[in-house]
Amino acid sequence: MMAAASEAFVRVLAAGPGATLQDAGRHGYLRFGVTAAGPMDPLAHATANLAVGNPAGATAIEVSVGGLELTAELGSLTIAIAGGEFALSLDGRPLPPAVVLNLEEGAVLKIRAGSAGSWCYLAVAGRLVMPKVLGSHATHTRTGFGGVNGRAIIAGDRLGFEVSAVSQPSISTIVAPWLNRRVDIIRVVLGPQHDYFADDQIAAFLAGPWAVSARSDRMAYFLDGPRLTHARGYNIVSDGIAMGAIQVPGDGRPIVLMADRQSTGGYPKIATIIGPDLGRLAQARPGTVFRLAAVSIDAAVAARREEAALLARGIVLEPLVRSHLSSEFLLGLNLIDGVVGAET
Amino acid sequence: MTLQIEPRFLDAGEAALVVEFGDTVDPAINDRVLALDAALRADPPSGTCEFVPTYRSLMIHYDPLQVSRDTLVATVGGMLIGLAEWRGEGTVWSLPCCYDPALAEDLDEAANILGLTRDEAVALHTKATYRVYMCGFTPGQIYLGGVPEPLKISRRATPRSPHPAGAVSIGGGLGTVVPFVMPTGWYVIGLTPERLYAAERNDAFLIQAGDLVQFDPIDLATFRNLTQRAASGEIVARKRSA
Repeated sequence: MMAAASEAFVRVLAAGPGATLQDAGRHGYLRFGVTAAGPMDPLAHATANLAVGNPAGATAIEVSVGGLELTAELGSLTIAIAGGEFALSLDGRPLPPAVVLNLEEGAVLKIRAGSAGSWCYLAVAGRLVMPKVLGSHATHTRTGFGGVNGRAIIAGDRLGFEVSAVSQPSISTIVAPWLNRRVDIIRVVLGPQHDYFADDQIAAFLAGPWAVSARSDRMAYFLDGPRLTHARGYNIVSDGIAMGAIQVPGDGRPIVLMADRQSTGGYPKIATIIGPDLGRLAQARPGTVFRLAAVSIDAAVAARREEAALLARGIVLEPLVRSHLSSEFLLGLNLIDGVVGAET
Repeated sequence: MTLQIEPRFLDAGEAALVVEFGDTVDPAINDRVLALDAALRADPPSGTCEFVPTYRSLMIHYDPLQVSRDTLVATVGGMLIGLAEWRGEGTVWSLPCCYDPALAEDLDEAANILGLTRDEAVALHTKATYRVYMCGFTPGQIYLGGVPEPLKISRRATPRSPHPAGAVSIGGGLGTVVPFVMPTGWYVIGLTPERLYAAERNDAFLIQAGDLVQFDPIDLATFRNLTQRAASGEIVARKRSA
């Protein structure tokens, strides 16, 4: 296929494990056993997309702590990065962790795990040119659905985009205080099988404290903490699994089922993490300690409404100039003269 | 039988509602699940996203900013009153299945545990008609009830190494056909050349919950031939109306 005049490419120079293409997910096929996949932190994913004028659910690159290094080919690309506190640099000059910038042809952007967070999102202004599987680009590597031939992104991949936006004249920070989320309390709605546990076990479950296990990936986050015991056995006849469901298998160690979860399962699900707190948990690195709080459906819906309102107000961008950077940030970089200003 | 005529409404978070008709594998319970699923699909209430039928419950994914939990429960409750008996489309599938020891990796092991000869196990497996209770776990995978009593085997204590795509297995008193390469806690007693999921086909998913399945024994040469034809997009299973 001949490249259209408006088509430019992301060339992946290096990729750690776990970088994948994700849109809002492959919905409508759970009844056939097809996992939705989609972003681990939907709020950050939407923020990156909205910052470059894309629809909130457009296809973006989800980057893990394994990092990613890329350049633009056959044209420049307007890109946004948002998510955890990752360490970013453009041609060796450090950037703050939530930015919009114009990636000129040949310029090298590096994304590395920074001080906090497990995932960040790189959105390109425009539309990814790639065949979809069942209506979605979302990558589910376990079944080989979506993404680049059903797999994670690797060095050498070339991703074509129909570029839609006018180039940004400068580098801007994304003003998204909602991405600085604490992980001390994660809210859950009890059920659907909390009646498989006695009251003291529900209390132990809520009290924790829990730590995210190193055994965690896009499919599931394992939790380290008290061992829970079942009152009525641990084998149930399989039923549906919602994202954020916390199942407790026979060994009593809870497992939070995340974006790449299987569609059905046969362990009691003691509770379900509310939608707005899923991304917060997803960003927690192994070892992060937190407690759980049971909330009502009404409270969970109110939290969803707040989150939707945040995004509906639009994303504020501030041109990056030295005065906007805190001294703490600059000291952290120890490279004050290397910081890109609006004038460059 | 533990059919609850009045289902339980359980919350799987604030965006999924479980309508539970029972807690066992039972055709009468599954009938109610599929009847409600059919009614919802025919006229989806506003704010609902997708419906996932399982053995004994239906999960309704919804957008709680569009429809409240209470409104949804009331709507579904209304639909349950006078819900027509589920009859399904009555599709009966004859799935070719090769039981040759070269492919049926666990057939001898399973037969040994069950106290059967290999031929007895195959005869029992091909004689039965299975009901597809649900799809799930992997794309296009089907779970089958109606396994003859002498073939009812527990699941393995620990999973075995990955099996090829198209594995026909038994375990936990049930049957399954898995269109993906994956490890399993079940016993692989045959292999089907049919592709239950094929992205390029008009019907990407061949079989749905409520269908009936029989297994048609084929030899190794036929298996190889049908595998090639299936790879080119042909549906090699036979289909008839009950």
